[in-house]
Amino acid sequence: MAKLLVKNKDLVVPGEVLVEGMEYLPAGNVFRDKDKIIANTIGLVSIDNRLIKLIPLTGFYTPKKDDVVIGKVENITFSSWFMDIGCSNLAMLSLKEATSEYIERGADLGKFYNFNDVVVARVINVTKDGSIDLSMKGPGLMKLSNGRVVNVTPSKVPRVIGKQGSMISMIKEKTGCKMTVGQNGKIWIQGPDPKNEKKAVDAIKLIEEYSATDGLTEKVEVLLK
Amino acid sequence: MISKEYLISILDKKTRVDGRKLEDYRKVEVEYDISKNAEGSSKVRIGDTEVMAGIKLEVGTPYPDSPDEGTIIVGAEFLPISNPEFESGPPSIASVELSRVVDRGIRESKALDFKKLCIVEGEKIWMVLIDIYVMNDDGNLQDAAALAALAALSKAKMPKYDVESGKINYKEKDGKLPLEKMPVECSLAKIGEHILVDPGIEEEGLLDARLTVASVGKEVNALQKGGNGTLSIDDVDKMLKLAVEKNADNLKKVKK
Amino acid sequence: MSYTKRNDGRKFEETREIKAEVGVIKNAQGSAKFQIGETIAVAGVYGPRNLYPKFLQDPEKGVLRCNYNMFSFSVDDRIRPGPSRRSREISLVTQRSLAPAVNLNEFPNAVVDVFVEIIQADAGTRCAGICAASMALADAGIPMKDLVAAVGVGKVGDKIVVDLDKFEEDYEGGASDMPIAMLPRNNEISLLQLDGELDVKEVKEALEMGKKACENILEIQRKALKDKYKGGK
Repeated sequence: MAKLLVKNKDLVVPGEVLVEGMEYLPAGNVFRDKDKIIANTIGLVSIDNRLIKLIPLTGFYTPKKDDVVIGKVENITFSSWFMDIGCSNLAMLSLKEATSEYIERGADLGKFYNFNDVVVARVINVTKDGSIDLSMKGPGLMKLSNGRVVNVTPSKVPRVIGKQGSMISMIKEKTGCKMTVGQNGKIWIQGPDPKNEKKAVDAIKLIEEYSATDGLTEKVEVLLK
Repeated sequence: MISKEYLISILDKKTRVDGRKLEDYRKVEVEYDISKNAEGSSKVRIGDTEVMAGIKLEVGTPYPDSPDEGTIIVGAEFLPISNPEFESGPPSIASVELSRVVDRGIRESKALDFKKLCIVEGEKIWMVLIDIYVMNDDGNLQDAAALAALAALSKAKMPKYDVESGKINYKEKDGKLPLEKMPVECSLAKIGEHILVDPGIEEEGLLDARLTVASVGKEVNALQKGGNGTLSIDDVDKMLKLAVEKNADNLKKVKK
Repeated sequence: MSYTKRNDGRKFEETREIKAEVGVIKNAQGSAKFQIGETIAVAGVYGPRNLYPKFLQDPEKGVLRCNYNMFSFSVDDRIRPGPSRRSREISLVTQRSLAPAVNLNEFPNAVVDVFVEIIQADAGTRCAGICAASMALADAGIPMKDLVAAVGVGKVGDKIVVDLDKFEEDYEGGASDMPIAMLPRNNEISLLQLDGELDVKEVKEALEMGKKACENILEIQRKALKDKYKGGK
């Protein structure tokens, strides 16, 4: 008989034993060591039938195919751009994926995306050794002029967005800011006034700090009043 | 992450990225005795910038041209724990500049009475070693370092020294350092046509020119212009007036 | 020489008072402070991030890099800032203490940097640094199979003791110092050094005492981590 040592939503840290026995199966952010299932990060326990996993509360960004991310141009070569998307390797945007416009050989690529330009892009390929390819082709993918970018822990992106986008919609509505949330934890904000942008930033920071607690929406509402 | 054009458009509206007014300083906090083996130590926070400073005293020989004067040696470490851009290794040029500007603020204001740091004329003097460690860089390390150095000096106790045996007894204390004046430093930035006080890390990365002002009351003791842009005489005048005012505010945070 | 009573009144198997706090360096991805008695260590973690020079990269797994540094004013006789032979060796053994706990497979070619700063020293600095670093790694979300707890054990006079302070390290009747680190879940030893003189039986006895102390330290580390993540410091 398996012995379940934790309950749903329990906060655990790496090395904590969650289950003894073979009846449960390890899913995300946990691993099996002989007959035990162990946490490998800080997170909240989620038990679904016989599957046990953690919803992580911290962590770094690991790019996945089809992630929409916010990046900054770090380098330009004769046929591609390299973007910082907040992970250890720069991500490559090739000419082919950058624009449907015809670009002449030897053209100045900085005219399209220049150093330090901020873009919303989609991850189209990630190789095992960490090479990342981006595309700018698709709805909503574009260069972001003006505005500012703030960072949150990537694991908290779902909380910033909220159920069916409820949280981010509320922040946008109450502050009047345009916002784009990248899966990589980078959030672009542009508002009618610096004060509105600051409010949106404060709301994001609040969500990040209180993401593991109940009543998050109410806390954000109070702040935005 | 913000572009310079956008930053300037925010400044045009008389406000800043973090919501401050142009002439606002961030919240300043000073803590003492953060390291008990130092003769004096402190931690200074300016917003999210955090710097620690500690004082050690050693006995050395005086310079031949000042046989009856002790001395100070200021060092600064931009620890890689404090900023992802900082690397391990020998002191960067930025940390050398920072420590020299702290040094000049103390030395030129004659904050310490060097003559009182003489033990045996021509032979033995106290060397006051001030080491500054950057724990978290959110901009304006210069002012944080200067204030931390001053706070550590203000609380420092001299160890007992036995001239006969030449030994320092760090466990026994022998009074305070001869701290006569309290120099404080204020850094300002010029970005586009705007002048702003206490630049944060994003502003620092985009500034055209910077001016650090070390002062005691209305006396200015050290200036350091930074950045690749230039300043007008009127800019400098405006900056000095702001700096003197801010330095007076921040001095209140340090106990003597 | 008989050491019948500890200088500060502790039991022989007792550590000094421990305080731990997570999230002390805003810029770092993970950070922690660990204080044991009068020894204070702060650790910060950055990464995974790009590793240069390129020849250091490993295409199969990430690299863990540690740097241990004592503040110049952390001890009575000032230490000249910058690396020394001692600090470089401790950086190396710190890395080895933590490596078995960290899963580096998820970030090939990248590096995770751990910086340990000793702000105040009263013996046991490398162990305090390892305890802080292990919490900082967990705070950064680097996948780990266990936390790492570390403590000094050894012999003062004729007694096996846990967590020697500076007075005991310098005890005139002789002292042996054996810093250890463990992954407590399976009692795996990841740091073991010795300065002094212990017989085979005494090493075993000291390790058993150290194991118990590490279990206590683990509880303090876990609580500090949970205190941060319970939401809203």
